[in-house]
Amino acid sequence: MSAPERPDSAGSTASEPIRHHETTVPPPATRDITDGGPDMVQFVDGDGQRIGITEANEPYAAIVEAMTPEDAQSMYRDLVLVRRIDAEGHALQRQGELGLWPSLLGQEAAQVGAGRALRPQDYAFPGYREHGVGWCRGVPPENVFGMFRGVNHGGWDSNANNFHLYTIVIGNQMLNATGYAMGIQRDGAVGTQDPDRDAAVMAFTGDGGTAQGDYNEALVFASVANAPVVFFVQNNQWAISEPNHKQFRIPPYQRARGFGFPGVRVDGNDVLAVYATSTAALDAARSGQGPTLIEAFTYRLGAHTTSDDPTKYRVAAEVDVWKEKDPIKRMRGFMESKDHADPDFFTAIDEEADELAARIRKACQEMPDPPLPHMFDDVYAEPHSLVAAEKAEFVAFHESFEAEGAH
Amino acid sequence: MASQKITLAKGLNAGLRRAMEQDPKVVLMGEDVGKLGGVFRITEGLQKDFGEDRVIDTPLAESGIVGTAVGLALRGYRPVVEIQFDGFVYPAFDQIVSQVAKMHSRSLGHLKLPMVIRIPCGGGIGAVEHHSESNEAYFAHTAGLRVVTCANPADAYWMIQQAISCDDPVILFEPKRRYHERGEVDIDESAGPTLGLHDAAVVREGTDLTLLCYGPMVKTCLQAANAAEQEGKSLEVVDLRTLSPLDVDTIVASAKKTGRVVVVHEASTFLGMGGELAAQVQQQCFYHLEAPVLRVGGYNIPYPPSRYEQEFLPNLDRVLDAVDRSLAY
Ligand SMILES: Cc1ncc(C[n+]2csc(CCOP(=O)(O)OP(=O)(O)O)c2C)c(N)n1
Repeated sequence: MSAPERPDSAGSTASEPIRHHETTVPPPATRDITDGGPDMVQFVDGDGQRIGITEANEPYAAIVEAMTPEDAQSMYRDLVLVRRIDAEGHALQRQGELGLWPSLLGQEAAQVGAGRALRPQDYAFPGYREHGVGWCRGVPPENVFGMFRGVNHGGWDSNANNFHLYTIVIGNQMLNATGYAMGIQRDGAVGTQDPDRDAAVMAFTGDGGTAQGDYNEALVFASVANAPVVFFVQNNQWAISEPNHKQFRIPPYQRARGFGFPGVRVDGNDVLAVYATSTAALDAARSGQGPTLIEAFTYRLGAHTTSDDPTKYRVAAEVDVWKEKDPIKRMRGFMESKDHADPDFFTAIDEEADELAARIRKACQEMPDPPLPHMFDDVYAEPHSLVAAEKAEFVAFHESFEAEGAH
Repeated sequence: MASQKITLAKGLNAGLRRAMEQDPKVVLMGEDVGKLGGVFRITEGLQKDFGEDRVIDTPLAESGIVGTAVGLALRGYRPVVEIQFDGFVYPAFDQIVSQVAKMHSRSLGHLKLPMVIRIPCGGGIGAVEHHSESNEAYFAHTAGLRVVTCANPADAYWMIQQAISCDDPVILFEPKRRYHERGEVDIDESAGPTLGLHDAAVVREGTDLTLLCYGPMVKTCLQAANAAEQEGKSLEVVDLRTLSPLDVDTIVASAKKTGRVVVVHEASTFLGMGGELAAQVQQQCFYHLEAPVLRVGGYNIPYPPSRYEQEFLPNLDRVLDAVDRSLAY
């Protein structure tokens, strides 16, 4: 694959002869879900060995070349800490501290690679599994735990870290992100060449989410507005129990072209590749070149959520293949082969992960239930007579019991 | 006083213009709102004067329109969205009830979503299907949304401005068959609204019975009150103006005064606003009532083909018949 092709200023793409009645779509059954194909951008192989220049990775090679051993170390640190946060979420759910946990196990590289490519002034619109992106944005993991514990529906200040609330309705956030990007355009914060001003948005969804109307409408809106937004699809192969071939016949990255902007498939378990493609796409967006779609080809190693039973719909052998592609193992192998860190570094990171886990576990266990009348607060920004009346009734009702108890 | 006799459509247009002049963050968006000025010409001339970045012709995708407006509002803009016809808001229903209504509450007040969704509503224009619906109850039922409706040019002019300056999302229902009716509007720069966005208005005083109505039915109810007067009956007409929050005080005061209430709206009566109004009046005015609260509304059928619509829509005869039934108790 050559560098992503963008429409020229007149809006047309490079001309290719149109062949009617010819399908290039293989029947679903022939697809190997463990192989992203030759178009996939990859820099590190399964054993952590640096892959040379290929047609697919060539446009992004300079970004990877520019990375220092320190960059690699801090990326590795994020991967490990994010995995630890996720494991803690899972454990806390099993201990009854959280109502539900959607695990990101296996998707750490996709999220850390994308999250680290964002600049402070960029904005991320997550689904509900983007704990790793949130971590990279500086969102305290406790915030996310609060939501899954049921003390609120998110509740964090999205503008504190430019990380929007989780979105449960699949697809909604893709449009909200696009609108936000249209706002950035109107603010003149695109194409000024000022690295602290030019901004972009990254919108996250899963492979299942690509079937939603809102996702497709977002691609249309972003395309015609040339909005500074990067659509980041984590193709973790499963939408609860439904495999890719129940969601699409053409992989998401190829579909972008039909919307009028480039699509890239990247190895979602290769953090360097994800970082490089995300950086390039965000740079393009910030500089006024419009949207890009990135499909991170990855795998959800655990269950969909703690309520799910993946043994009902997928075979263990498939999971085993993907375990071999573990993103942390790969990054570590790469760093060791390049002598980017000594064994003490890796030990220190593991210790830091233990400390982080203990801290957030404690924070979760000590999280108080919200005061009851607060559920009436913030329904509206301005006073609303019905909510005010119902709150007063509710408070009086509860006070009537306290009065009884006092006798 | 720069009082002028203008149409309801022109009142909205002038209100939008004034809001856009006052606040550069106000942007309009919708299908055909630019050069055409919208299919009802409500946004006529605004793109020419404010540019394509502020009057945005969108792709034909309602969820996309509302969903991107959410993002613009999150970025600090105040989008005013036009839904072309009432029956086409449903693709955007998910965005409205899942995101628009809940953003402030799910963020514990960190995020405000000041946006206005304008919906031309109701029938009586001889349209094909999906062009004549009254879907206000769906939205009034959803916490987090404010739902209002204007019935005359002065309200149109002021309510659109009040809705835009509100920090909550507001749905404004515009009675499309009243778009071309005229009324006095004071558009002097120094003038201000005489009513709050969430005040009901007693638009005609009376002593025998209260007609509760809003939007397109206000005119019908005023006509009914005039006709009843010929027969010596004194009807009070309350234009609700606001459906969420409801101005219960004004409603209750009128019901207590007259002791009889008839609710009139175009939407099907089953689970419509009339049910809520009847319940409120019954709960708060039980000992003042001389008759049960009666409802006059659409039947529980899809909005019918236009050849039937004069029978579906509450008309003078149906309103007066209900008045007679109430007075007979
Ligand atoms: C509109 C909507 N429909 C259904 C659901 C229930 N649901 C939650 S997650 C999910 C699968 C999503 O799969 P995918 O987009 O691939 O994301 P993943 O969870 O794999 O990251 C479904 C059907 C939902 N949250 N929203």
